[in-house]
Amino acid sequence: MPVREGRCNAMSVSADTEYWTIDAAGAAILPRGRWTIAEAGRIDAALARLSVRGSGIRRIALDRLERVDTAGAWMICKLARRCDLDVATSVECPDPGKLNLILRVEAAHAEPADMPVPGNPVLRVLERLGKATVDSLERAGSIIGFLGQTVAIGASVLVRPRRMRLTSMVHHMEQAGLNALPIVGLIAFLIGIVLAFQGASQLERFGAQIFVVNLIGISILREIGILLTAIVVAGRSGSAFAAQLGAMKINEEIDALRTLGLDPMVVLVLPRVLALTLMMPVLAFFADMAGLVGGGLMAWVALGVSPEVYVDRLSTAVSINALMVGLVKAPVFGALIALIGCYEGLQTGGSSDSLGRQTTMAVVEGIFIVIVADAAFSIFFNVVGI
Amino acid sequence: MAATEAIIRVSGLVTRFGPQVIHDGLDLEVRPGEVLGIVGGSGTGKSVLLRMIVGLLRPAGGRIEVFGKELSRLPDAERRAVERRWGMLFQDGALFSSLTVAENVEAPLREHTRLSPRLMDELAGLKIALAGLPHNACGKYPSELSGGMRKRAGLARALALDPEIVFLDEPTAGLDPIGAAAFDSLILELSRTLGLTVVMVTHDLDSLYAICDRVAVLADRKVMAIAPVRELERHPHAWIQSYFHGPRARAAQATSGET
Repeated sequence: MPVREGRCNAMSVSADTEYWTIDAAGAAILPRGRWTIAEAGRIDAALARLSVRGSGIRRIALDRLERVDTAGAWMICKLARRCDLDVATSVECPDPGKLNLILRVEAAHAEPADMPVPGNPVLRVLERLGKATVDSLERAGSIIGFLGQTVAIGASVLVRPRRMRLTSMVHHMEQAGLNALPIVGLIAFLIGIVLAFQGASQLERFGAQIFVVNLIGISILREIGILLTAIVVAGRSGSAFAAQLGAMKINEEIDALRTLGLDPMVVLVLPRVLALTLMMPVLAFFADMAGLVGGGLMAWVALGVSPEVYVDRLSTAVSINALMVGLVKAPVFGALIALIGCYEGLQTGGSSDSLGRQTTMAVVEGIFIVIVADAAFSIFFNVVGI
Repeated sequence: MAATEAIIRVSGLVTRFGPQVIHDGLDLEVRPGEVLGIVGGSGTGKSVLLRMIVGLLRPAGGRIEVFGKELSRLPDAERRAVERRWGMLFQDGALFSSLTVAENVEAPLREHTRLSPRLMDELAGLKIALAGLPHNACGKYPSELSGGMRKRAGLARALALDPEIVFLDEPTAGLDPIGAAAFDSLILELSRTLGLTVVMVTHDLDSLYAICDRVAVLADRKVMAIAPVRELERHPHAWIQSYFHGPRARAAQATSGET
């Protein structure tokens, strides 16, 4: 039953198809078979080829329709529209149930769902760029605001120390601090080994192998120990803080706290920030020691520098200043990582999608801001002359 | 009616979570085209029963047949074919949060049918309108909707493939009374016109009286009784008595008697 295509004769009606017939008088169209979602695509294509303009079709009779579901009912409505007929008056059906369904579908007055219309690609790129710029500026401003808020809350808690959640803080000190010791130590130890090996193979060319001890000592104590710790902690605890607070936000737990007269800044943010601020120096010191041990081990095995010589060299090559310069940065980095983690967690919207995004953001921004702060410290120490 | 083959047959179902036994030898038959309500106290495993039937949980014992096939024994391809013949509405809608409402409704269409994008948009818009959502809800994300709207969007998604069975988990909980009544009448109408079989867990007495052909009561780890609601009222079991003769039930009976 092929459809006659490509004819624009105003008085002609496309012939019968698999899905409908037209009665002898040409006044009624009779859908037949199964008008269901499984057939909807083909019915729609057949409808698109149907030309009925001025054909004199007055009725749509559903006597031969076997089965109809909502998708099929919509097809009937489209058929009626194509024939310039009104569903309510022109559709005839012996089964009131089917008719009722079709009327209901017509009443729902389906329009295509709103889909965003893609605009000019160049403009879209510009728009995205502008949006991203404004967003990141706003974000920077709001993080600074959050920092200020935390400091203010911290000061108010200092005045009334009983508001401090000690249990929570100790819990986070254990979670984010104590439990991170093994991984931080292992990584620093391995980096110490790598550093000693690479340094030795370069210094060997000048016959200055023994200076590998200076290299290890200075670089680990001043920079690498603390930076490694910060990166591990940002990945481990910054993300955890964001995920915890984000999940609480989705669960409306944060709102519940507020309605109970509890300040989430005091209950949730401050213990985490303080815990990380206090534990970060401990972690960094541990990383420093592990790094020195790793470097010493490699120096002993590969270069034959005995532990006594290593320790002796180290004490002359490295002043206590180097250690202090590294450790003084630790609490600042810890506070920054915890702040960013909590901030991003609290920015979570209502969806699981947004929780994932905020957690990623907490890690990326945490590491970024630590490195920015490290650069600032370097400049400062340089100016001061340490 | 008794002669018709059951569309869902659960026999001897045993459910255990650790030491806790939820169902013990539970039997249930659902007839094609009926609206079956499932009621029971908290923790009697109503939602668990729905999850068992659709295969989200595995029973510790017993058989579950849907469309005459035992789902857990079917090969994957056949199983998927069965799965597209039903839809499920979860308690809070369970919409995909990274997709808009329209995309949520289109997700099963995209997966299981080959339709043009325009037709898919039309059908999604239709389902959304049928579920009683305003047209501007199509482009919104689930997090921008109220609880009742999420539920409606969930129903629109459950109905996307024009299924033969819909499972509804507390469909009217959290809706305002007008919305709940409209939801009831929509379900009833779909059931009547499409021959849709509806299995709903509900605590809404109005729904039970207004649209359920039969009501199954879960108690003592079994289906204690299954009958039209008017017959159930006369059941001697203590829980059923207090359920149907509490102050709220009397109000629902009174209103359904008027209509």
